[in-house]
Amino acid sequence: MENGNTTQAEGKDPSAFLSQIIGNSVTVKLNSGVIYKGELQSVDGYMNLALEKCEEHIDGAKKRCYGDAFLRGNNVMYISAD
Amino acid sequence: MADVDDGTSAPAEPMDLVRLCLDEIVFVKLRGDRELKGRLHAYDGHCNLVLGDVEETIYVVEEDEDEEEVIRTIHKKSEMLFVRGDSVVLISPQGGS
Repeated sequence: MENGNTTQAEGKDPSAFLSQIIGNSVTVKLNSGVIYKGELQSVDGYMNLALEKCEEHIDGAKKRCYGDAFLRGNNVMYISAD
Repeated sequence: MADVDDGTSAPAEPMDLVRLCLDEIVFVKLRGDRELKGRLHAYDGHCNLVLGDVEETIYVVEEDEDEEEVIRTIHKKSEMLFVRGDSVVLISPQGGS
């Protein structure tokens, strides 16, 4: 984006943030409201995610645990580095 | 031959996780409160899946006589199932608990 008034020091793009937080524990919220917490293994251009030691939280209650989980990118609302 | 996959390295991209599930039992969460458990025979980049020996679980919210909401589960079995990728939410090896 060439808007000329970059207020931030480095105009990094969002996917740079995502590759930066690989290996960290993250919280992922899907459009359905379901939350997944786990260790971010990898991300791709569709925002598909692979999470390790993944916990599923529905309405605040912990529902399930997955050793590994693949999340399809189109369902993602946000990804937050814990 | 530097990047021969020896199966021990962490997946470089999320789809590798799905590739490692080939011919294994997987748990798949779908849109519309549906879950599948079955053997993954094939997949592609859209997450279209071919599953064998599938058990499908559907969660339905119903009202009982006291107008309280009850969750009912419906189970269906199929020998072979093609799942369109756009309804896939989550894929996990072995199934959750």
